[in-house]
Amino acid sequence: MLSDITLGQFFPGKSVIHRLDPRFKLIFLLAYITVMLLCSSLLSYGIMLGFLSFATALSRISVITMMRGLRPMIFIIILTAVLSIFYTAGQEVASFWILKITQEGLWRALFMVLRLIMLISGTFLLTYTTSPIMLTDALSRIMSPLAKLKVPVHELSMMMTIALRFIPTIIEETEKIMSAQKARGADFNSGSLLSRAKSLIPLLVPLFFSAFRRADELAGAMECRCYHGGEGRTRMKQLHLTPLDGLAGVFCLVVFSGAAVLGIFGV
Amino acid sequence: MLKVKHLTFTYGIGTPFAKTALDDISLTIEPGQYLGIIGPTGSGKSTLIKHLNGIIKPQTGNVFLDGKDIWSKDVKMNRVRFRVGLVFQYPEYQLFEETVRKDIAFGPKSMGLSEQEIAERVSQALEFVGLTPDLADSSPFDLSGGQKRRVAIAGVIAMHPEFLVLDEPTAGLDPAGRTDILNRISQYRKKTGGAVVLVTHSMEDIARTVDSILVLSRAKTALSGAPSEIFGNRKALQEIGLDVPAVTRVLLYLRDMGLDIDTSGHTVEQAVKILKNYSKGGIPVAF
Repeated sequence: MLSDITLGQFFPGKSVIHRLDPRFKLIFLLAYITVMLLCSSLLSYGIMLGFLSFATALSRISVITMMRGLRPMIFIIILTAVLSIFYTAGQEVASFWILKITQEGLWRALFMVLRLIMLISGTFLLTYTTSPIMLTDALSRIMSPLAKLKVPVHELSMMMTIALRFIPTIIEETEKIMSAQKARGADFNSGSLLSRAKSLIPLLVPLFFSAFRRADELAGAMECRCYHGGEGRTRMKQLHLTPLDGLAGVFCLVVFSGAAVLGIFGV
Repeated sequence: MLKVKHLTFTYGIGTPFAKTALDDISLTIEPGQYLGIIGPTGSGKSTLIKHLNGIIKPQTGNVFLDGKDIWSKDVKMNRVRFRVGLVFQYPEYQLFEETVRKDIAFGPKSMGLSEQEIAERVSQALEFVGLTPDLADSSPFDLSGGQKRRVAIAGVIAMHPEFLVLDEPTAGLDPAGRTDILNRISQYRKKTGGAVVLVTHSMEDIARTVDSILVLSRAKTALSGAPSEIFGNRKALQEIGLDVPAVTRVLLYLRDMGLDIDTSGHTVEQAVKILKNYSKGGIPVAF
C-alpha cells in the first residue's frame, strides 16, 4: 500500500547520530559519497563498510529497517550485478552459450553491488535520523551565501519544507478517498489501461480539490501569524555545533581520507 | 447477518511505529438492528468498520456476511461493498462529479443497474437525505458543507445497502443538522428494514436512536449491550473517558439531591415520563 513508502522517512530518536548537527551530516554524506566512488580495493571497501555499520549501530536503526529501504532498488542492483558479471573481459571462470563469466567480472559485480547498497544505505541513514524540517533547515543554511547572488534561498527552502510536510498528509488523504470510492464500488486495479486511467478521476478530483483548499488555509494561517518572507526572520531552533560534532568530524576525516588514499592507490 | 470474529489489527506492523488498533474484537449485526459503536478517539472504531466491507483485510480473525467469509476466493468484494454501505468520516471530501445527480449515481452505476433504475434511486436517495430535486443538477462543489455531507450520504444510500455503516455522520454539523440527519438515518432503517451501524463519540447521538451499543476502548471491547445497561454503568464509562448522556446526568444529579427517581432514562422523552411519574406519586416537585 501507499503507507509502505519509506523513502525519506524519519525515525525519531535520541542517538548520537540523531543529535549531530544536520549541516554536518549533510556534508559528511557528500564526503561519504565521494569516497565511496573513489573506493576500488577490498580494503577500502572494508573500511567504509565498517564505518557504515558503526554509524548504523550508533543510530539504533535496525538492520531490517535499513534493508527495507533497499527494496525498491532491488531491480537496479540485480541488473547492475548481472551486467557486470557478463560484460567484463578477463580470465574465464565458466561459460555457456554466448555468455562468459570472468573472475574480474565477479569481483566487479561484488564491488558494484556493495557500492550501490552502501550509497543507498548511507543516504537513508541521513533521512532516517534527520527530520525533514532539520534537513531543509540545514540545506538553506549551507546555501545561504547564495542569497547574496539574489537566489531566493529562503523561499526555496520554505517551499521544500511545506512540500515535505504535506507528503504524509496527501498520502493519508489519498488513502481515505480511495477507500471511500472503493466503498461505492470503484475499482482501481483491474481493467484496460484506459479504464484504469478513467477510474482515477474519482480519486484525483477530490484530491486536487482538497490540496487547493489546504494551500488556501495554510496561506491564511501563515498570514495570520504575520509571515512576510525571509527578511529579518529569526529562528526558534538555532543550530549549534557541539563537541560531539567536532569529534564526529575528526573521526570521519580520518576514516574517509584513509579510505580515499587506499582507494586512489588501489591497495 | 454480518459477523466479525476475533479481529486483530496492528498498524505499521514490524516498524517502530506499530500500534494495535483492534485487539480480539467480535460482534454480530443482525438484519434490521441499530447498533451504536462508541469510544474515545483512537479506540479503533474507524479501523473496525473498515473491516466490515473489506476495505482492510483482517490480520487475524474473520468477517462473515451471511455465514460466508468475505475474503474467501469465490466472493466478489464489490458485491460485499454494495450490501454493506460505508459512509466515511467527512464524506463530503469524496465528491468528484460535475453534478450532484452524477455523483450519487456513481455507486448504483458500478452495480450495473439500468439507467431507469439509477435515475429512480438517485431521486429517492435525494429525498431520503432531505435535499430538494432542484439541487440535483448543480455542482456538488457549490453546495454548503451540510448539503455536501447529505449528497455523500445519499451516494451510499442509493446502493440500498442492507447494512448501512456511518462513521461520525454528524461531526461538525449544527444541532438542527445533527437531529435531522439522525432522524433520516432512522427513517432509512424503518423503510428498508436494513441494519444501521452508527459510529460516534457523542453519547447524545447514540442515546436517541440505537438499540444496542458496543463500547470500544484502547482497541478492545469495553462494554456491550442495550443502552439502558450501558448507561447504567457510569463508572466504567468514565474510566475510559466517556460519560452517560446529559439527560442521564441530570437524573443522577436529581437522585443525589435526594429525589428517589428512576435514573435509567437517556432521552428527553424518557426523562419527561420519569419526572411525570414521580410527580404523580404525590410528592410535590419544586422545579
